[in-house]
Amino acid sequence: MNYFLTEEQQFIKEIAATVAREKILPVRAELDEAQEFPWEIVKVLADSNLFGVYIGEEYGGTGGGVLDLCIAVEELSRVCGGISLCLAATALGTFPLLLFGSEEQKKKYLPAIAAGKRLVAFALTESGAGSDAGAIQATARKDGDSYVLNGTKQWITNGGEAEIYTVVAMTDKSRGSRGASAFIVEKGTPGFDFGKKENKLGIRASATRELVFQDCRIPAGNLLGREGQGFIVAMKTFDASRPGVAAQAVGIAQGALDEAASYARQREQFGKPIISFQGVQFMLADMAIKIEAARSLVYAVARAIDGGEKRISKESAMAKVFASDTAMQVTVDAVQILGGYGYMKEYPVEKMMRDAKITQIYEGTNQIQRTIIASQMVKELAGKKD
Amino acid sequence: MARLEVVEEKCVGCGACLKACPYDALSIESSIVQVNDRCTLCGACVDSCPYDALVLRKDGAVPSAPPGYRGVMVVAEQKRGTVQNVSFELLGAGRRLAEDAGGALTAVLIGHDVAPQARRLIAFGADRVLVAQSKALEGFNDEAYARILARIIREQKPEIVIAGATCIGRALIPRVAVELGTGLTADCTGLQIQEETRHLAQTRPAFGGNIMATILCARHRPQMATVRPKVMKASAPDEGRAGEIVEIPCAEEELSTRARVLKSVEETAGTVNIADADVIVSGGRGMRGAEQFALLSELAKALGAAVGASRSAVDAGWVPYAYQVGQTGKTVQPKLYIACGISGAIQHLVGMQSADTIVAINKDPDAPIFKVATFGIVGDLFEIVPRLTREIQRRRKAGR
Amino acid sequence: MKIIVCIKQVPDTTSVRMDPETLTLIREGVPSIINPFDAYAIEEGLRLKEKHGGTVTVITMGPPQAASALREAIALGVDEGVHLCDAAFKGSDTLATSYVLAQGIRKLGAFDLILCGKQASDGDTAQVGPGIAVQLDLPQAICVRKIVEVQDGRLTVERSMEEGYDLVETPLPALLTVTKEINEPRLPSLKGKMRAKKAALRTMSAAEMDADPARIGLDGSPTWVEKVFPPPQRGAGRMLQGEPEEQVGQLLDEIEKLKLG
Repeated sequence: MNYFLTEEQQFIKEIAATVAREKILPVRAELDEAQEFPWEIVKVLADSNLFGVYIGEEYGGTGGGVLDLCIAVEELSRVCGGISLCLAATALGTFPLLLFGSEEQKKKYLPAIAAGKRLVAFALTESGAGSDAGAIQATARKDGDSYVLNGTKQWITNGGEAEIYTVVAMTDKSRGSRGASAFIVEKGTPGFDFGKKENKLGIRASATRELVFQDCRIPAGNLLGREGQGFIVAMKTFDASRPGVAAQAVGIAQGALDEAASYARQREQFGKPIISFQGVQFMLADMAIKIEAARSLVYAVARAIDGGEKRISKESAMAKVFASDTAMQVTVDAVQILGGYGYMKEYPVEKMMRDAKITQIYEGTNQIQRTIIASQMVKELAGKKD
Repeated sequence: MARLEVVEEKCVGCGACLKACPYDALSIESSIVQVNDRCTLCGACVDSCPYDALVLRKDGAVPSAPPGYRGVMVVAEQKRGTVQNVSFELLGAGRRLAEDAGGALTAVLIGHDVAPQARRLIAFGADRVLVAQSKALEGFNDEAYARILARIIREQKPEIVIAGATCIGRALIPRVAVELGTGLTADCTGLQIQEETRHLAQTRPAFGGNIMATILCARHRPQMATVRPKVMKASAPDEGRAGEIVEIPCAEEELSTRARVLKSVEETAGTVNIADADVIVSGGRGMRGAEQFALLSELAKALGAAVGASRSAVDAGWVPYAYQVGQTGKTVQPKLYIACGISGAIQHLVGMQSADTIVAINKDPDAPIFKVATFGIVGDLFEIVPRLTREIQRRRKAGR
Repeated sequence: MKIIVCIKQVPDTTSVRMDPETLTLIREGVPSIINPFDAYAIEEGLRLKEKHGGTVTVITMGPPQAASALREAIALGVDEGVHLCDAAFKGSDTLATSYVLAQGIRKLGAFDLILCGKQASDGDTAQVGPGIAVQLDLPQAICVRKIVEVQDGRLTVERSMEEGYDLVETPLPALLTVTKEINEPRLPSLKGKMRAKKAALRTMSAAEMDADPARIGLDGSPTWVEKVFPPPQRGAGRMLQGEPEEQVGQLLDEIEKLKLG
């Protein structure tokens, strides 16, 4: 379907598709198997200027927005949902800076991020605080013109590989949901360490690590926004980044559908290609319907955000839920269509199924997303005078 | 000027020609074919029309050749003073052409201290050998060889000149053709004198070997063609054959050259060069790793073959790029190509589908490679390949 | 260094084939691409520019849509694109093509190096590069797999030979054709594509180039394609059945019949 992308967005799509086909496709199985971080691909993406598609020209980006990011992530995820995360998760970690950073902080960090020279990670989750983000225990104590961080963050995507981290920690436990703040912490700061790389079911080419802060001292100038705004920063960040996760899911689903359809044309049983059987046709049609619907929703939300819409939490959550549920259903069906071959590691769909699962879990589980949607609906209904 | 004409009365707008055009130059408007700017006058659409509605109009009839040219000339190639086999193959083809077209078969040999080699050229069919010698011509250099050969051709006026499509040939012959302002067809797989017109019909593959084209050079002489090694057949040598050897003196100015060869380096002595190999054993993604390629090396050794690879294996770092067969690698035309664990993606096929015999070993019965294979084995290559190697060795010991 | 790269836009070969029944070419949704070998020439030109400074100009002879190939090259970092475009060029064989490109290059002023891909993937002749060298009276090195050194107006390269390579030294200006071993071409960047979109291309017609009408197009082409036909069909293959031992035995019997010597 024609989404009337601008010429620049068309270029982004073409470039991402070329990188995916020429550079990612030959190595995706190997990096998944070895759980290796795709530094070679990072370099290619950087040279292609894809790291800056959502960052302003004044900071070295190409001045696009969330939709541009979604297009790039979707195209890359079509070939590997794990490798695409080096970009998607960097964007997640960069949004706090874009939305709440001071001019000085933006000038200092964004150019290298836009150039793909430094990767970024966002750190909120802890062992006791997943869906219940308010339960975070990590602290940031003001001390003169520094903050001292203590605590542990869990399951941080790009953890250990990124050089820049946007971290949410409690500055004043007594103020509850207004007691957290967001900070920029650089890798190499004394007192900032990493745990082991997690061994995961899927997105294995993406690095997931624990972050450990032990009396880690950072300049007070690394505070993002104002003290107490930590959870606002997180919520606004997620509003902007959810389309990116959704785009990753759409990409994974599309890649799986392409494989399944192509296979169904070649595989002959009972004297015919299996795509001539209605049972298979109906499966493929349903997969295609869901993907197109998911893509439309993602693009609409992305366009709304880029158009300046601030009240987008509900729709942004919808896009994430629908796209990730779609990715899971489509990849499972793709494995089914490939039958025995779908179960074998030599064929790419089992990996796509393993990669799809996380999209239903991270950046807010789909259960939390539904809570967000419902509570928005309640607010809207409460506001109506009938 | 020529143009592609649509005979509107005959055109029904069926669109068969649209699919035949490699350049996307045709479209249908109001049920009539329109030709746009992309047309390169290649003529592929003309044959595709079931209604003869497309005509490639050239001005005038097929012209006849300028007079005064007669005979066939073979440009022999020597390296380090030894005539290369391709020259004998060319003499075999040249003899056939000379008999058909009329005139003598002449060989030209350029080098230093190569006169003794001239006898071999006569044994393989040359009526005359022209030898141009000088220390300065010992090793190939583009400018001097081209200048001298062009001069010899202008003096001798052969109707046809053929040479090897080798590394030297590719550097030398195009220069000569342009100096003479005549036509050249490279990598010919077929050379035939046309019955009615008496022109040389030069047949060669195009579009990566997906189609064959027959080329004519009617208005100019000589008609020049290069042929790859191992395409033509040498005649059986006749040591007693009589022939003339003529020394061609070269003037000092003819020997000058700006580019110089500082040294010639031989590489990987011992392993067969894949482009020349008669037999190639090739591995793809199914090989799984670099160590496993040793299995193929052993099979290759047993067969006297070269080892090749698909792009997957090269990209994965299991073998160097020099082994790569395919669209972005080498195009090969061996007598036997054995593809192990190669799926047969089109990008690989375009590099090897002209092989005489193709054997495919793959555990996926639906692998596209089986569509082009002469013989296919669906099985585990890690079982089949070692067995193959052992059986070859066993049969050789048993004297088969 | 002033570097000129000659490129050609070709159909993507892998999607062109012949239908053996109807004897016609079938082209499936083919995008036009920069001739694969030329991409390596462009990359080498860009690397030389990065190392020694200077400019890289891309030149092509082709119909109007060949302009997109020039823009693709600009998206990679090439400084200028020159389009030799005239209906009179249609039907040019390699002699006419090398004449046209040489004439066009003459209009660009002094240069140090001309780079060409070894051959074009539609014609596959490998003749135009050396042809241009003769037209412009330049020394050449054909099938270069590595540029070893550029110094004081002299170039040293490794020229591929069957058994290895020759180390060749030449004064500049010179012409090289390159093989795929020479480098790994870069991919276009987003900023490059945006720059390419706005880039002004220099277009030249036959008259603007002072091209002799007798030497261009079909009139200037000693050779032409008389006909096209599909390659000899492979007969349907035979799947060897049985246990691995039997399959191996059958295969070797067949191989022995080939009398490979």
